[in-house]
Amino acid sequence: MFDDFFIRALFAGIGVAFVTGPLGCFVIWRRLSYFGDTLAHSALLGVTIAYSLEFNIAFSVFITSSLIALILVQLQNKTNLPGDALLGLLAHSSLAVGLVVIGFLTFIRFDIMGLLFGDILAVNVNDIYIIWFGGALILLILKLIWKPLFASTVNYELAEAEGLNPNRAKAIFTILMAAIIAISIKMVGLLLITGMLIIPAAMARNISDSPLKMVTYSIIGGLLSVLIGLFTSLEFNTPSGPSIVAAALFLFILSLLKIKQTIKLKN
Amino acid sequence: MSSGNNILVKLKDAGIRQNDKWLVKGVSLEVEKGKIVTLIGPNGSGKSTTAKIALGIYKKIEGKVEQFTDKIGYVPQKISVDWTLPLRVHDFMVLTENLKDEEINKALTLTGVLNLKNKNLGNLSGGEFQRVLLARAISKKPELLVLDEPVQGVDFTGEIALYKLIKEISDKLNCGILLISHDLHTVMSATDHVVCLNGHVCCSGSPIDVAKNNEYKALFGDQASQILTRYEHKHDHVHSSDGSIEQKN
Repeated sequence: MFDDFFIRALFAGIGVAFVTGPLGCFVIWRRLSYFGDTLAHSALLGVTIAYSLEFNIAFSVFITSSLIALILVQLQNKTNLPGDALLGLLAHSSLAVGLVVIGFLTFIRFDIMGLLFGDILAVNVNDIYIIWFGGALILLILKLIWKPLFASTVNYELAEAEGLNPNRAKAIFTILMAAIIAISIKMVGLLLITGMLIIPAAMARNISDSPLKMVTYSIIGGLLSVLIGLFTSLEFNTPSGPSIVAAALFLFILSLLKIKQTIKLKN
Repeated sequence: MSSGNNILVKLKDAGIRQNDKWLVKGVSLEVEKGKIVTLIGPNGSGKSTTAKIALGIYKKIEGKVEQFTDKIGYVPQKISVDWTLPLRVHDFMVLTENLKDEEINKALTLTGVLNLKNKNLGNLSGGEFQRVLLARAISKKPELLVLDEPVQGVDFTGEIALYKLIKEISDKLNCGILLISHDLHTVMSATDHVVCLNGHVCCSGSPIDVAKNNEYKALFGDQASQILTRYEHKHDHVHSSDGSIEQKN
């Protein structure tokens, strides 16, 4: 009924949505959306390195994004610049350096649009393995660090005082962020990964009253976005990343109606 | 305050410096099982800082801090819960420890806020939130409780009841308590040892000794030393937090 590439994209997208759901909640709770953006921008550098050294893209992006996160922590400790300035500095300079490197690699043909906005045609079986195995690993680790990470998100000192080691959880979470960007870049594209992380989670915030519900709705929202987005992409030949994110936006707007209703009920 | 292995936390000449300014300096104290140690002092005297040193929240400190337990319950002085987090009282209770439902109910009943269990944390009043914080700290049956102004914003009758509860918990669980208060009045009866801070330890000892101490008088004024003649509030009923009145027999 559907072409193979579409089935592959569907599998890949569903895998991605399962992981972006819970991670996206933490991105919102911990106010990390610009941090996510920075890691995603630096992913371009990772892609170019992968191409020039004939490396696996996901692996290379994972390494570069982790390194950028590490550099960010160092800069935060050693300079007096505010966090958002450092994030902007790293995001744009790594994007610029990535694009300059592409300019030098004249022997390779790049699909820049695909890199920026995702390309469902580019997803192969290997990518699906990476998404599902990598995704399962990310979720498993997130489950293991859930308690300290969540407690320190609510109150750092409480978590530290009661022996939960929040700093370790934070460091591991940063690595998970780099990992999700690495596995979803082909699908969503580097400019829109943060959208895939925060929009379903934002939608979920509007309709939930407990952390677990928010995570659940965020996953469901992500899955629906992928389904709606990919079918639209197939039907109207639109790029996959923007289609998925636009679908997520649509769900977010629907969730606003629900808020309106609850406010009316309260009055 | 001696005997060896009853000690839960021990500070020796501990202090912390930030940008060449001492926040607090040269604090030595011990909290033992079943004992209540109270830190008093004016604003900015380093009470909360000392508590955080004892809890191991600050890493770069001068002097020494030793913890002999990892079962710790903490009621911080300030905690702001973000609206981005949908959090009910029930979710907050299991923040650092997995508790059974009955344990949660028991702790919330003790502090008189069982009726708030499914409420959103952001919708609580200051006093209600304080009761939830205390319930959360005691629910995990800690060996050491660190309470930083635990009754702030609680009404007067509730304040007395909560201090009584704190004393009962200390006896029942045989846990040590490090209590911070700016007011020796209310904590007087329950406290075993008082440390009076003003950037450093200005005096310490039993509540009565401290009340007589000249440095304490200088800090808090003569009035404060007359704590022994404190006003006894007689009440033939109690108000539970949902507003209903229960008759005492």
